[in-house]
Amino acid sequence: MTTPLLQAHGIVKNYGHVQALRGADFAVQAGEVVALIGDNGAGKSTLVKVLAGVTHPDGGEIRFSGRVVSLPSPTAARAMGIETVYQDLALAPDLDPAANLFLGRELVRPGLLGRLGFLDKSAMAERTRTAFAEMGAGVQSDTAPVGSLSGGQRQSIAVGRAAAWASKVVFMDEPTAALGVVQAGKVLELIRRVRDSGVAVVLISHNMPQVFEIADRIEVLRLGRRVARYRPAEVSMEDVVGAMTGAVVQEEVS
Amino acid sequence: MSATAPKPAPAVEAPAASAGASERRRRAVRLATDSTALIFVALLVLLAIFSALKPGAFATVNNLRNISIAAAPLLVLGVGMTFVIITAGIDLSVGSVLVFSGVIAVKVMTALGNSGWGVVVVGTVAAMLTGLAWGLVNGALIAKARIPALIVTLGTLGAGLGGAQLITGGVNLRGVPRELVTVVGVGRLFGVVPWLVAVALVVTVVGAVALRMTRFGRYTFAIGSNAEAARRVGINVDRHLIKVYALSGMLAGLAGMISLARFTNTTIAGHSTDNLQAIAAVVIGGTSLFGGVGTILGTVVGVFIPAVLQNGFVILRVQPFWQEVAVGVVLIAAVYVDQLKRRARDRL
Repeated sequence: MTTPLLQAHGIVKNYGHVQALRGADFAVQAGEVVALIGDNGAGKSTLVKVLAGVTHPDGGEIRFSGRVVSLPSPTAARAMGIETVYQDLALAPDLDPAANLFLGRELVRPGLLGRLGFLDKSAMAERTRTAFAEMGAGVQSDTAPVGSLSGGQRQSIAVGRAAAWASKVVFMDEPTAALGVVQAGKVLELIRRVRDSGVAVVLISHNMPQVFEIADRIEVLRLGRRVARYRPAEVSMEDVVGAMTGAVVQEEVS
Repeated sequence: MSATAPKPAPAVEAPAASAGASERRRRAVRLATDSTALIFVALLVLLAIFSALKPGAFATVNNLRNISIAAAPLLVLGVGMTFVIITAGIDLSVGSVLVFSGVIAVKVMTALGNSGWGVVVVGTVAAMLTGLAWGLVNGALIAKARIPALIVTLGTLGAGLGGAQLITGGVNLRGVPRELVTVVGVGRLFGVVPWLVAVALVVTVVGAVALRMTRFGRYTFAIGSNAEAARRVGINVDRHLIKVYALSGMLAGLAGMISLARFTNTTIAGHSTDNLQAIAAVVIGGTSLFGGVGTILGTVVGVFIPAVLQNGFVILRVQPFWQEVAVGVVLIAAVYVDQLKRRARDRL
């Protein structure tokens, strides 16, 4: 097996007396979809937050392309090409899709105007159209505030934004939880495209059929530790659920 | 990847087919509930009514000049207030900061001999820096200490006014450079536009450009729309909020100087409702108290509606107290329209 693109080893995170992560391991390769699953409170979201630079682990080691790295902030993670789609999407509902896509990374005009902070709106709108069209994230309106669009559209914008900027890894926390079947299918299609472009996708989901449909690998967390790794083709849903609930333990943690 | 361009992903899929129809519907809803457009029409209707009733007295260059002069300081406050309210904040302290800055400016100018353009410039800088300092205090307490803006600026409202009275002993300071009063206060640019109006106009245009066209404006909207989202994409929300309140304070300082030029004294007791008037103007102009939405143009209209009403009622010999009643009604209507707009959006 080649060196994982992003690897976590022995991550520990405590919130007061609550041990959210007790030495969790995790790995994802470039160009694969890994489903990170586990029961409520297993530590999935905490692990993603650690790997996205949102929270700082109390112990353990993160390796990026084999090198030990620290992720002091989401900005630092993004600079490495790691993007996150949050469960709440983190969109500004009053701004249009282009403004959301470029939020915090606005393009400015060349020359003096740029130094004064003047935005290059037409360039941003143009690149937004191209980016969404190429991803097949059919966004209906360029100028409407994102908040006036449907849930599926908003989701597409959030996923599309992460996909557009991520050159290495995308984390998605329940990206289809709020969506209907058709819209969820579109998001899954988008996830496949992102993977096929060589980006690693880490998917948190409770939806087992969906996990089996899209994931190349499954990593199971339980009580703050990784307890199993599977390939969906080689395993049944019962086994996976067994690992989540503690009936099956594949990896013993020292 | 460098932070300049989104990376194209492969493959293409057609967007939804019904895009045209629902897009038209959305546009229609947006226009019908566009409070800035509505309120602009209301202002035009007001102007038309007063002009038709008293063409000789109302629709004259002189009278429009008077309305504009009366509106000038409020416009300067309103520009800063627009930025603040778009971040979903509020600044109750502007009137007190205006007075306090004026007092400091008079003290500084008096110490320098109270004569000459150099003194006026130094006084203006002093007023604006004083306002800026108050704004920084507001911003730091709101962004860093996480005290609600309503409470922080209510506190600095009291502290600012009290401070001004402590410095002056409660007596209005007189004595401003002659140049300030005779040229800026009553003079006109090119013999047409009163200087006070010209200053307010420049502030308005710069504010509108900054809000619409720059990163500073974009962050102001983003923070008001979803501060957490702004934080997560790496925008320094705290620092931006401090800047916005500092801007409001600095403009209040400038308005203090405008007030000095117009009234030739510190008018300590004359600005107790400036904050509410500025907030009303901003909200009437279609800026949402919930943040994320607003325009400077709307604020201009929102400043002029009360000013025109006041002036028109006086000319018509209607009791001018009706103006306050009318402004109250318009204010409530404006917020109601904003609510309708939000509901329409959430339904779609």
